Amino acid sequence: MKHIDEYRDGALARAMAAVIAREAVAARSYRFMEFCGGHTHAISRYGIEDLLPANVQMIHGPGCPVCVLPIGRIDDAIHLAMRPEVTLCTYADLMRVPASAGHSLLKAKAAGADIRMVYSTLDAIRIAEAEPGREVVFFAIGFETTTPPTALAIRLARRKRLTNFSVFCNHVLTPSAIRAILDTPDVRVDGFVGPAHVSTVIGTDPYAAIAAAYRKPVVVAGFEPLDVVQAILMLIRQINEGRHEVQNQYIRAVTAGGNRIAQSEMAEIFERRPWFEWRGLGELALSALRLREAYADLDAERRFDVETVPAADNPACECGAILRGVKKPAECKLFGTVCSPEMPMGSCMVSPEGACAAHWTYGRFRDAAKAGAESARV
Amino acid sequence: MCLAIPIRVEELLGDDMARVMLGGVSKVISIALLEDVRIGDYVLLHAGFALTRLDQDEAARTLALMHEAAVPGLAVAEGDRA
Repeated sequence: MKHIDEYRDGALARAMAAVIAREAVAARSYRFMEFCGGHTHAISRYGIEDLLPANVQMIHGPGCPVCVLPIGRIDDAIHLAMRPEVTLCTYADLMRVPASAGHSLLKAKAAGADIRMVYSTLDAIRIAEAEPGREVVFFAIGFETTTPPTALAIRLARRKRLTNFSVFCNHVLTPSAIRAILDTPDVRVDGFVGPAHVSTVIGTDPYAAIAAAYRKPVVVAGFEPLDVVQAILMLIRQINEGRHEVQNQYIRAVTAGGNRIAQSEMAEIFERRPWFEWRGLGELALSALRLREAYADLDAERRFDVETVPAADNPACECGAILRGVKKPAECKLFGTVCSPEMPMGSCMVSPEGACAAHWTYGRFRDAAKAGAESARV
Repeated sequence: MCLAIPIRVEELLGDDMARVMLGGVSKVISIALLEDVRIGDYVLLHAGFALTRLDQDEAARTLALMHEAAVPGLAVAEGDRA
Protein backbone atom coordinates (compact mmCIF):
# COMPACT_ATOMS: atom_id res chain seq x y z
CA MET A 1 0.00 0.00 0.00
CA LYS A 2 1.54 3.31 -1.09
CA HIS A 3 -1.41 5.44 -0.02
CA ILE A 4 -1.97 7.09 -3.40
CA ASP A 5 -3.30 4.91 -6.26
CA GLU A 6 -5.71 3.03 -4.00
CA TYR A 7 -7.63 6.26 -3.55
CA ARG A 8 -7.84 7.07 -7.28
CA ASP A 9 -9.91 4.09 -8.46
CA GLY A 10 -12.35 5.45 -11.05
CA ALA A 11 -14.76 2.49 -10.98
CA LEU A 12 -15.07 2.74 -7.21
CA ALA A 13 -15.64 6.51 -7.46
CA ARG A 14 -18.45 5.98 -9.99
CA ALA A 15 -20.06 3.36 -7.78
CA MET A 16 -19.89 5.65 -4.74
CA ALA A 17 -21.29 8.48 -6.83
CA ALA A 18 -24.22 6.25 -7.80
CA VAL A 19 -24.88 5.73 -4.09
CA ILE A 20 -24.72 9.51 -3.57
CA ALA A 21 -27.25 10.01 -6.38
CA ARG A 22 -29.53 7.45 -4.74
CA GLU A 23 -29.30 8.92 -1.25
CA ALA A 24 -29.45 12.63 -2.13
CA VAL A 25 -33.06 13.67 -1.66
CA ALA A 26 -34.28 15.04 -5.00
CA ALA A 27 -36.56 17.62 -3.37
CA ARG A 28 -33.71 19.48 -1.70
CA SER A 29 -30.31 20.87 -2.60
CA TYR A 30 -27.00 20.26 -0.85
CA ARG A 31 -24.39 23.00 -0.84
CA PHE A 32 -21.07 21.86 0.59
CA MET A 33 -17.98 23.98 0.93
CA GLU A 34 -14.60 22.33 0.55
CA PHE A 35 -12.49 24.61 2.69
CA CYS A 36 -9.06 23.65 1.34
CA GLY A 37 -7.45 24.55 -1.93
CA GLY A 38 -6.13 20.99 -2.00
CA HIS A 39 -9.71 19.71 -2.18
CA THR A 40 -10.64 22.34 -4.78
CA HIS A 41 -7.76 21.12 -6.91
CA ALA A 42 -8.72 17.44 -6.49
CA ILE A 43 -12.39 18.17 -7.29
CA SER A 44 -11.43 19.98 -10.51
CA ARG A 45 -8.63 17.67 -11.55
CA TYR A 46 -10.58 14.44 -11.13
CA GLY A 47 -13.89 15.83 -12.37
CA ILE A 48 -15.71 15.00 -9.14
CA GLU A 49 -18.44 17.56 -9.86
CA ASP A 50 -19.32 15.55 -12.98
CA LEU A 51 -20.04 12.55 -10.79
CA LEU A 52 -22.43 14.40 -8.50
CA PRO A 53 -26.16 14.86 -9.06
CA ALA A 54 -27.24 18.40 -9.99
CA ASN A 55 -28.64 19.10 -6.51
CA VAL A 56 -25.27 18.46 -4.83
CA GLN A 57 -23.05 21.50 -5.31
CA MET A 58 -19.50 22.11 -4.23
CA ILE A 59 -18.52 25.64 -3.22
CA HIS A 60 -14.84 26.50 -3.19
CA GLY A 61 -13.67 27.91 0.12
CA PRO A 62 -10.87 30.25 1.18
CA GLY A 63 -8.36 27.57 2.21
CA CYS A 64 -5.64 28.62 -0.19
CA PRO A 65 -3.14 30.69 1.80
CA VAL A 66 -1.76 32.37 -1.30
CA CYS A 67 -5.28 33.47 -2.23
CA VAL A 68 -6.22 34.99 1.14
CA LEU A 69 -2.99 36.92 1.69
CA PRO A 70 -3.82 40.61 1.24
CA ILE A 71 -1.91 42.67 -1.31
CA GLY A 72 -0.43 44.90 1.41
CA ARG A 73 1.56 42.00 2.81
CA ILE A 74 2.96 41.08 -0.62
CA ASP A 75 3.96 44.75 -0.95
CA ASP A 76 5.74 44.45 2.42
CA ALA A 77 7.65 41.38 1.22
CA ILE A 78 8.71 43.19 -1.95
CA HIS A 79 9.89 46.19 0.09
CA LEU A 80 11.91 43.84 2.30
CA ALA A 81 13.41 42.12 -0.73
CA MET A 82 14.37 45.45 -2.30
CA ARG A 83 16.61 46.26 0.66
CA PRO A 84 20.18 45.72 -0.51
CA GLU A 85 21.20 43.70 2.55
CA VAL A 86 18.19 41.34 2.44
CA THR A 87 17.88 37.88 0.89
CA LEU A 88 14.19 36.97 0.86
CA CYS A 89 13.43 33.24 0.92
CA THR A 90 9.96 32.23 -0.18
CA TYR A 91 7.88 29.25 -1.25
CA ALA A 92 7.51 29.34 -5.03
CA ASP A 93 3.71 29.78 -4.83
CA LEU A 94 4.15 33.44 -3.89
CA MET A 95 6.42 34.53 -6.73
CA ARG A 96 3.70 35.52 -9.20
CA VAL A 97 1.07 36.90 -6.83
CA PRO A 98 0.09 40.36 -8.09
CA ALA A 99 1.07 43.18 -5.70
CA SER A 100 0.30 46.91 -5.95
CA ALA A 101 1.05 48.76 -9.19
CA GLY A 102 1.54 45.60 -11.22
CA HIS A 103 4.44 44.42 -9.08
CA SER A 104 5.24 40.87 -7.98
CA LEU A 105 8.14 39.11 -6.30
CA LEU A 106 9.06 37.68 -9.69
CA LYS A 107 9.36 41.18 -11.17
CA ALA A 108 11.33 42.37 -8.14
CA LYS A 109 13.72 39.45 -8.64
CA ALA A 110 14.09 40.35 -12.31
CA ALA A 111 14.87 43.91 -11.22
CA GLY A 112 17.74 42.65 -9.11
CA ALA A 113 16.27 41.86 -5.68
CA ASP A 114 17.82 38.82 -4.02
CA ILE A 115 14.79 36.52 -3.81
CA ARG A 116 15.25 32.78 -3.57
CA MET A 117 12.65 30.07 -3.86
CA VAL A 118 13.01 27.42 -1.19
CA TYR A 119 11.35 24.05 -0.67
CA SER A 120 11.67 24.05 3.09
CA THR A 121 12.30 26.43 5.97
CA LEU A 122 15.45 24.39 6.57
CA ASP A 123 16.79 25.62 3.20
CA ALA A 124 16.42 29.20 4.45
CA ILE A 125 18.37 28.31 7.58
CA ARG A 126 21.09 26.76 5.43
CA ILE A 127 21.34 29.94 3.33
CA ALA A 128 21.64 32.07 6.48
CA GLU A 129 24.44 29.85 7.76
CA ALA A 130 26.29 29.81 4.45
CA GLU A 131 26.02 33.56 3.88
CA PRO A 132 26.52 35.34 7.21
CA GLY A 133 26.87 38.68 5.42
CA ARG A 134 23.26 38.56 4.19
CA GLU A 135 20.08 39.33 6.18
CA VAL A 136 18.02 36.23 5.36
CA VAL A 137 14.26 36.77 5.75
CA PHE A 138 11.87 33.83 5.40
CA PHE A 139 8.49 34.87 3.98
CA ALA A 140 6.25 32.59 6.04
CA ILE A 141 2.69 31.99 4.91
CA GLY A 142 0.18 29.20 5.25
CA PHE A 143 -2.36 27.58 7.52
CA GLU A 144 -1.58 25.23 10.41
CA THR A 145 0.04 22.68 8.07
CA THR A 146 2.84 25.05 7.17
CA THR A 147 3.23 26.67 10.59
CA PRO A 148 5.16 23.91 12.45
CA PRO A 149 8.02 23.96 9.89
CA THR A 150 8.33 27.72 10.48
CA ALA A 151 8.27 27.23 14.25
CA LEU A 152 11.04 24.62 14.07
CA ALA A 153 13.17 26.89 11.85
CA ILE A 154 12.85 29.71 14.40
CA ARG A 155 13.86 27.36 17.19
CA LEU A 156 16.79 26.11 15.13
CA ALA A 157 17.93 29.66 14.37
CA ARG A 158 17.88 30.42 18.09
CA ARG A 159 19.81 27.24 18.90
CA LYS A 160 22.41 28.01 16.25
CA ARG A 161 22.54 31.64 17.44
CA LEU A 162 21.92 32.92 13.91
CA THR A 163 21.81 36.71 14.00
CA ASN A 164 21.13 37.14 10.28
CA PHE A 165 17.88 35.14 10.08
CA SER A 166 14.33 36.39 10.64
CA VAL A 167 10.78 35.47 9.72
CA PHE A 168 8.12 37.65 8.10
CA CYS A 169 5.14 35.85 9.62
CA ASN A 170 1.79 35.62 7.82
CA HIS A 171 0.48 32.35 9.24
CA VAL A 172 -3.30 32.16 9.53
CA LEU A 173 -5.75 29.96 11.41
CA THR A 174 -8.33 27.70 9.80
CA PRO A 175 -11.10 27.68 12.46
CA SER A 176 -11.23 31.51 12.39
CA ALA A 177 -11.79 31.45 8.63
CA ILE A 178 -14.54 28.83 8.84
CA ARG A 179 -16.34 30.96 11.44
CA ALA A 180 -15.94 34.05 9.26
CA ILE A 181 -17.50 32.22 6.31
CA LEU A 182 -20.45 31.12 8.43
CA ASP A 183 -20.91 34.67 9.76
CA THR A 184 -21.08 36.11 6.23
CA PRO A 185 -24.73 36.89 5.46
CA ASP A 186 -24.62 36.10 1.72
CA VAL A 187 -23.08 32.65 2.13
CA ARG A 188 -25.28 29.55 2.13
CA VAL A 189 -23.42 26.41 3.09
CA ASP A 190 -25.01 23.17 4.38
CA GLY A 191 -21.78 21.52 5.49
CA PHE A 192 -18.02 21.40 5.13
CA VAL A 193 -15.51 19.02 3.66
CA GLY A 194 -12.98 19.74 6.39
CA PRO A 195 -9.23 20.28 5.95
CA ALA A 196 -6.94 17.32 5.36
CA HIS A 197 -3.42 18.25 6.32
CA VAL A 198 -4.34 21.17 8.58
CA SER A 199 -6.23 18.58 10.61
CA THR A 200 -3.19 16.29 10.92
CA VAL A 201 -1.77 19.15 13.01
CA ILE A 202 -4.80 20.56 14.89
CA GLY A 203 -6.90 17.38 14.96
CA THR A 204 -10.68 17.22 14.55
CA ASP A 205 -11.52 18.63 18.01
CA PRO A 206 -11.35 22.34 17.04
CA TYR A 207 -14.26 21.88 14.60
CA ALA A 208 -16.64 20.52 17.26
CA ALA A 209 -17.62 23.92 18.63
CA ILE A 210 -18.22 25.26 15.12
CA ALA A 211 -20.36 22.30 14.06
CA ALA A 212 -22.43 22.63 17.23
CA ALA A 213 -22.80 26.44 17.23
CA TYR A 214 -23.69 26.77 13.55
CA ARG A 215 -25.43 23.39 13.26
CA LYS A 216 -23.35 22.44 10.21
CA PRO A 217 -21.75 19.03 9.68
CA VAL A 218 -17.98 18.89 9.12
CA VAL A 219 -16.31 15.84 7.57
CA VAL A 220 -12.52 15.99 7.62
CA ALA A 221 -11.31 14.35 4.41
CA GLY A 222 -8.09 13.38 2.64
CA PHE A 223 -7.00 15.05 -0.60
CA GLU A 224 -7.41 12.01 -2.87
CA PRO A 225 -10.53 11.82 -5.08
CA LEU A 226 -12.09 8.82 -3.31
CA ASP A 227 -11.58 10.59 0.03
CA VAL A 228 -13.58 13.56 -1.24
CA VAL A 229 -16.38 11.42 -2.71
CA GLN A 230 -16.69 9.44 0.51
CA ALA A 231 -16.78 12.66 2.57
CA ILE A 232 -19.59 14.02 0.38
CA LEU A 233 -21.59 10.83 0.99
CA MET A 234 -20.99 11.17 4.74
CA LEU A 235 -22.19 14.80 4.65
CA ILE A 236 -25.34 13.87 2.73
CA ARG A 237 -26.15 11.16 5.27
CA GLN A 238 -25.69 13.62 8.14
CA ILE A 239 -27.98 16.17 6.49
CA ASN A 240 -30.62 13.55 5.69
CA GLU A 241 -30.60 12.40 9.30
CA GLY A 242 -30.62 15.95 10.69
CA ARG A 243 -27.17 15.57 12.28
CA HIS A 244 -24.41 18.17 12.45
CA GLU A 245 -21.40 16.32 13.77
CA VAL A 246 -17.69 16.35 13.16
CA GLN A 247 -16.72 13.15 11.37
CA ASN A 248 -13.29 11.99 10.32
CA GLN A 249 -12.97 10.34 6.91
CA TYR A 250 -9.16 10.75 6.95
CA ILE A 251 -8.59 8.33 9.83
CA ARG A 252 -5.32 7.08 8.35
CA ALA A 253 -3.67 10.47 9.03
CA VAL A 254 -5.85 12.50 11.40
CA THR A 255 -6.69 11.98 15.05
CA ALA A 256 -9.05 13.89 17.33
CA GLY A 257 -6.19 15.59 19.18
CA GLY A 258 -3.82 16.15 16.25
CA ASN A 259 -0.03 16.36 16.41
CA ARG A 260 0.81 17.39 19.99
CA ILE A 261 4.48 18.05 19.27
CA ALA A 262 3.60 20.41 16.41
CA GLN A 263 1.01 22.16 18.60
CA SER A 264 3.45 22.74 21.44
CA GLU A 265 6.12 24.02 19.04
CA MET A 266 3.61 26.51 17.60
CA ALA A 267 2.45 27.59 21.04
CA GLU A 268 6.04 28.15 22.16
CA ILE A 269 6.91 30.45 19.25
CA PHE A 270 3.68 32.14 18.18
CA GLU A 271 0.79 34.08 19.67
CA ARG A 272 -2.42 35.29 18.07
CA ARG A 273 -2.57 38.71 16.47
CA PRO A 274 -5.50 40.83 17.65
CA TRP A 275 -6.48 41.41 14.00
CA PHE A 276 -5.34 40.32 10.57
CA GLU A 277 -6.64 41.20 7.13
CA TRP A 278 -7.76 38.37 4.87
CA ARG A 279 -8.35 38.88 1.22
CA GLY A 280 -12.06 38.45 0.58
CA LEU A 281 -12.98 38.09 4.25
CA GLY A 282 -11.72 41.42 5.64
CA GLU A 283 -10.22 42.01 9.08
CA LEU A 284 -10.70 38.95 11.30
CA ALA A 285 -10.03 38.99 15.05
CA LEU A 286 -7.53 36.47 16.46
CA SER A 287 -7.18 34.81 13.06
CA ALA A 288 -3.41 34.95 12.50
CA LEU A 289 -0.12 34.40 14.29
CA ARG A 290 2.91 36.53 15.11
CA LEU A 291 6.13 35.80 16.96
CA ARG A 292 6.02 36.03 20.75
CA GLU A 293 8.00 38.72 22.54
CA ALA A 294 10.61 36.13 23.53
CA TYR A 295 11.43 35.66 19.85
CA ALA A 296 11.19 39.35 18.88
CA ASP A 297 14.80 39.34 17.65
CA LEU A 298 13.84 36.80 14.97
CA ASP A 299 10.77 38.75 13.84
CA ALA A 300 11.38 40.51 10.50
CA GLU A 301 8.45 42.87 11.14
CA ARG A 302 10.25 44.26 14.20
CA ARG A 303 13.76 44.04 12.80
CA PHE A 304 12.86 46.06 9.69
CA ASP A 305 9.97 48.15 11.09
CA VAL A 306 7.42 46.77 8.66
CA GLU A 307 4.22 48.81 8.65
CA THR A 308 1.63 47.30 6.38
CA VAL A 309 -0.27 49.77 4.20
CA PRO A 310 -3.59 48.28 3.08
CA ALA A 311 -3.81 48.11 -0.71
CA ALA A 312 -6.95 47.75 -2.80
CA ASP A 313 -7.56 44.82 -5.13
CA ASN A 314 -8.15 45.40 -8.82
CA PRO A 315 -11.76 46.71 -8.70
CA ALA A 316 -12.96 44.30 -11.39
CA CYS A 317 -11.36 41.25 -9.69
CA GLU A 318 -13.95 39.03 -7.99
CA CYS A 319 -11.44 37.08 -5.86
CA GLY A 320 -13.14 38.32 -2.69
CA ALA A 321 -16.59 37.02 -3.61
CA ILE A 322 -15.07 33.82 -5.00
CA LEU A 323 -13.18 33.21 -1.74
CA ARG A 324 -16.45 33.54 0.19
CA GLY A 325 -18.10 31.12 -2.19
CA VAL A 326 -20.77 33.57 -3.38
CA LYS A 327 -19.44 33.80 -6.95
CA LYS A 328 -17.95 31.29 -9.34
CA PRO A 329 -14.74 31.98 -11.29
CA ALA A 330 -16.51 32.17 -14.66
CA GLU A 331 -18.75 34.95 -13.27
CA CYS A 332 -15.75 37.30 -13.04
CA LYS A 333 -15.32 39.64 -15.98
CA LEU A 334 -11.56 39.23 -15.87
CA PHE A 335 -11.64 35.41 -15.93
CA GLY A 336 -10.02 34.08 -19.08
CA THR A 337 -9.94 37.53 -20.69
CA VAL A 338 -7.11 39.46 -19.06
CA CYS A 339 -6.67 37.04 -16.15
CA SER A 340 -5.14 33.61 -16.68
CA PRO A 341 -2.49 31.58 -14.84
CA GLU A 342 0.15 33.03 -17.20
CA MET A 343 -0.94 36.63 -16.46
CA PRO A 344 -2.86 36.51 -13.18
CA MET A 345 -4.73 39.63 -12.06
CA GLY A 346 -5.98 38.12 -8.83
CA SER A 347 -4.50 35.68 -6.35
CA CYS A 348 -7.13 32.97 -7.03
CA MET A 349 -5.59 32.58 -10.49
CA VAL A 350 -2.03 32.23 -9.19
CA SER A 351 -1.93 29.16 -7.00
CA PRO A 352 -2.94 25.85 -8.62
CA GLU A 353 -5.16 25.49 -5.54
CA GLY A 354 -6.98 28.73 -6.26
CA ALA A 355 -10.58 28.37 -7.44
CA CYS A 356 -9.90 30.36 -10.64
CA ALA A 357 -6.72 28.50 -11.58
CA ALA A 358 -8.42 25.14 -10.96
CA HIS A 359 -11.39 26.18 -13.10
CA TRP A 360 -9.10 27.50 -15.84
CA THR A 361 -6.95 24.36 -15.94
CA TYR A 362 -9.74 21.79 -15.71
CA GLY A 363 -13.27 23.05 -15.13
CA ARG A 364 -13.75 25.36 -18.11
CA PHE A 365 -13.49 22.42 -20.52
CA ARG A 366 -16.45 20.89 -18.78
CA ASP A 367 -18.43 24.12 -19.22
CA ALA A 368 -17.43 24.21 -22.88
CA ALA A 369 -18.52 20.60 -23.41
CA LYS A 370 -21.85 21.35 -21.73
CA ALA A 371 -22.40 24.46 -23.85
CA GLY A 372 -21.49 22.48 -26.96
CA ALA A 373 -23.99 19.77 -26.11
CA GLU A 374 -26.71 22.36 -25.53
CA SER A 375 -26.12 24.18 -28.81
CA ALA A 376 -26.11 20.86 -30.65
CA ARG A 377 -29.54 20.18 -29.20
CA VAL A 378 -30.93 23.51 -30.47
CA MET B 1 0.32 25.03 -0.15
CA CYS B 2 -0.85 22.29 2.20
CA LEU B 3 0.30 19.65 -0.27
CA ALA B 4 1.88 16.65 1.41
CA ILE B 5 2.94 13.31 0.00
CA PRO B 6 2.89 9.87 1.57
CA ILE B 7 6.42 8.55 1.69
CA ARG B 8 8.26 5.58 3.23
CA VAL B 9 11.08 6.20 5.70
CA GLU B 10 14.18 4.39 4.38
CA GLU B 11 16.87 5.31 6.87
CA LEU B 12 17.15 7.10 10.20
CA LEU B 13 20.02 9.58 10.21
CA GLY B 14 19.93 10.84 13.79
CA ASP B 15 19.36 14.43 14.93
CA ASP B 16 15.66 14.08 13.97
CA MET B 17 16.49 13.56 10.31
CA ALA B 18 15.60 10.66 8.01
CA ARG B 19 16.18 9.61 4.43
CA VAL B 20 13.29 8.95 2.02
CA MET B 21 13.13 8.15 -1.70
CA LEU B 22 11.04 10.48 -3.84
CA GLY B 23 10.52 9.00 -7.29
CA GLY B 24 14.03 7.52 -7.22
CA VAL B 25 15.61 10.64 -5.74
CA SER B 26 17.04 10.35 -2.25
CA LYS B 27 15.97 13.15 0.07
CA VAL B 28 16.71 14.04 3.68
CA ILE B 29 13.69 15.17 5.70
CA SER B 30 13.04 16.28 9.26
CA ILE B 31 11.12 13.94 11.55
CA ALA B 32 11.31 16.33 14.52
CA LEU B 33 7.49 16.64 14.64
CA LEU B 34 6.98 12.90 15.22
CA GLU B 35 7.89 10.47 17.97
CA ASP B 36 9.43 7.02 17.48
CA VAL B 37 9.65 7.02 13.69
CA ARG B 38 10.84 3.66 12.39
CA ILE B 39 12.21 2.46 9.08
CA GLY B 40 9.31 1.34 6.90
CA ASP B 41 6.85 3.84 8.41
CA TYR B 42 4.83 5.84 5.94
CA VAL B 43 4.72 9.53 6.80
CA LEU B 44 3.09 12.57 5.19
CA LEU B 45 5.89 14.81 3.91
CA HIS B 46 5.21 18.55 3.77
CA ALA B 47 7.87 21.14 2.92
CA GLY B 48 10.68 18.95 4.20
CA PHE B 49 8.93 17.86 7.41
CA ALA B 50 7.07 14.66 8.28
CA LEU B 51 3.73 15.92 9.62
CA THR B 52 2.09 12.71 10.66
CA ARG B 53 2.45 8.96 10.42
CA LEU B 54 0.04 7.10 8.13
CA ASP B 55 -1.76 4.37 10.02
CA GLN B 56 -1.77 1.21 7.86
CA ASP B 57 -4.69 -0.36 9.73
CA GLU B 58 -6.84 2.76 9.41
CA ALA B 59 -5.90 2.99 5.72
CA ALA B 60 -7.06 -0.58 5.18
CA ARG B 61 -10.24 0.19 7.14
CA THR B 62 -10.91 3.29 4.99
CA LEU B 63 -10.56 1.30 1.77
CA ALA B 64 -12.82 -1.43 3.14
CA LEU B 65 -15.43 1.18 4.09
CA MET B 66 -15.21 2.70 0.61
CA HIS B 67 -15.78 -0.67 -1.04
CA GLU B 68 -18.62 -1.44 1.32
CA ALA B 69 -20.28 1.94 0.72
CA ALA B 70 -19.95 1.49 -3.03
CA VAL B 71 -21.66 -1.91 -3.22
CA PRO B 72 -25.21 -0.61 -3.86
CA GLY B 73 -23.83 1.62 -6.60
CA LEU B 74 -21.72 -0.96 -8.43
CA ALA B 75 -24.50 -2.20 -10.72
CA VAL B 76 -25.57 1.36 -11.57
CA ALA B 77 -22.02 2.45 -12.34
CA GLU B 78 -21.48 -0.62 -14.54
CA GLY B 79 -24.71 0.18 -16.38
CA ASP B 80 -23.55 3.76 -16.96
CA ARG B 81 -20.41 2.58 -18.63
CA ALA B 82 -22.09 0.00 -20.84
